[in-house]
Amino acid sequence: MSAALPDAPMTRSVRKLGAVAVFLYRMLRQCGPALARPTLIVNQIYNAGARSLVIIMLSGLFVGMVLALQGFDLLQRFGSEEALGTATALALLKELSPVITALLFAGRAGTSLTSEIGLMCATDQLTAMKMMAVDPLRYVAAPRFLGGVIAMPLLTAVFSIIGLFGGQLVGVQLMGVDRGSFWSQMQSSVGLKDVVEGVVKSVVFGFACSLIAVYEGYHAEPTAAGVGLATTRTVVASSVLILLLDYVLTACFI
Amino acid sequence: MRPPWKLRQPDGALRGYGVTGADQPAGAAAAARDEVLIDVRGVGYAIDGHDVFDGLDLSVRRGRITGIMGPSGTGKTTLLRLITAQIAPDRGQVRVWGRDLATLRSGEVFAMRKRMGMLFQNGALLTDLDVFENVAFPLREHTDLPEPLLRTLVLTKLQAVGLRGAAELAPAELSGGMARRVALARAIVMDPEVLIYDEPFVGLDPISRGMIVRLIRQMNEALGITSIVVSHDVPELAMIAHDSYLLSGGRVVAAGSPQELRDSSLAVVRQFMQGSAEGPVPFHYPAPDYTQALLSVEDP
Repeated sequence: MSAALPDAPMTRSVRKLGAVAVFLYRMLRQCGPALARPTLIVNQIYNAGARSLVIIMLSGLFVGMVLALQGFDLLQRFGSEEALGTATALALLKELSPVITALLFAGRAGTSLTSEIGLMCATDQLTAMKMMAVDPLRYVAAPRFLGGVIAMPLLTAVFSIIGLFGGQLVGVQLMGVDRGSFWSQMQSSVGLKDVVEGVVKSVVFGFACSLIAVYEGYHAEPTAAGVGLATTRTVVASSVLILLLDYVLTACFI
Repeated sequence: MRPPWKLRQPDGALRGYGVTGADQPAGAAAAARDEVLIDVRGVGYAIDGHDVFDGLDLSVRRGRITGIMGPSGTGKTTLLRLITAQIAPDRGQVRVWGRDLATLRSGEVFAMRKRMGMLFQNGALLTDLDVFENVAFPLREHTDLPEPLLRTLVLTKLQAVGLRGAAELAPAELSGGMARRVALARAIVMDPEVLIYDEPFVGLDPISRGMIVRLIRQMNEALGITSIVVSHDVPELAMIAHDSYLLSGGRVVAAGSPQELRDSSLAVVRQFMQGSAEGPVPFHYPAPDYTQALLSVEDP
């Protein structure tokens, strides 16, 4: 029946969307049994999260520093340098931390997940599991997916903290903004809603990035070129989806 | 109350470790040996419109070593995928233990696979586990064996393949032959009733090759395991196989004991058994005239 459908780009997209939805459904059904093996999930949180810490911390530091520099330049024109802490915190918590962390996650952990699963597929490891009556969705896909979903908010939190530190470093230490104003204005202006917005975004991005990475790896053509293409697709699809979802979520929170 | 390390089989019977066909009464064992375990009837299968099988018929009897031979590209590995329900035939029927694989649900397929072991061409060891854990993997997934018993079982299987000393090595530290032997230990750790070998002799040194040949024969004789060996290594297969099938052109072109195949007057059988380039199976892939291709300035 499907062979009769024209192979237009639109048809292919809809078909792929359906395949991803079916894959997600099957994987979510295996998440329960996977949770019974916490060691597998902890290992994946370590792989996806702890191993991304250096790049996340470095990026957070520089993003915070740039943000403070630009913010100071802008606010100085209106004589509102004291609001630098608020501006930096809101920009980081609501927008930059979740988005940049997710983009870095897609590039660092997402590609790693895709290529790892793709190579497992190419070397018959997934087939071997099936032959041992072990569902690879339970043993391979679900723990990696859950590990990514859990790691993303943690990495986002680290990014925000280091980013604020970088903002303070430039704003207070370098540009001479009053330390008390920087922190007190931030404290009075940033509410729980702003933090929740960032957390929700990071969870949604973690879900999307991990799903794409695991799906692409699981369905990679079992060749060197196939795994390479799947890895590229992971980065491209994740990046576009992160920005699209960011707009949708921002619109929902405003 | 059944011991936790026993598996419940799909037919409801309990089967503990070490309980095999060899333990059955002599008469029952003899009768069981004639039983057809795997029956492939009129199977057709195509990949991208190209027929791999067209009316394939063969059967595997319990407790015997069945060799599947044939030139490269004749679908030997595809046949194994059909038998293990990794793919479904376009037409025809594959029956395993009397059940049509097309009628099995996912859970039933997994239950069937617990009774099978498969040795992959490249070993297919799990790269994030060491040798010991690779062999222990099926036991950890399907049983609640106490750790000392699990350890004993794993070490027993590793000893059988001569790699007890390599238990702590990572798969990346193993040679191709060693990886194949670890994979064999993993394939037999659940005491399967059927063992499937996909090209078990490829790339092995003579010592490992001889050892694999002996292991296949020993497991068949001592444990009564039904074995299916896909290979194009005629001498090795002739040493161990009770029944042989030669595949070519999508169907079985000859069947019988290795001796019967050797004595066959069919051109395709003689060409394969003697390893001759001349015969009905072309060595060269279809191509334009050789001289013209060499003299032509265009791309081949």
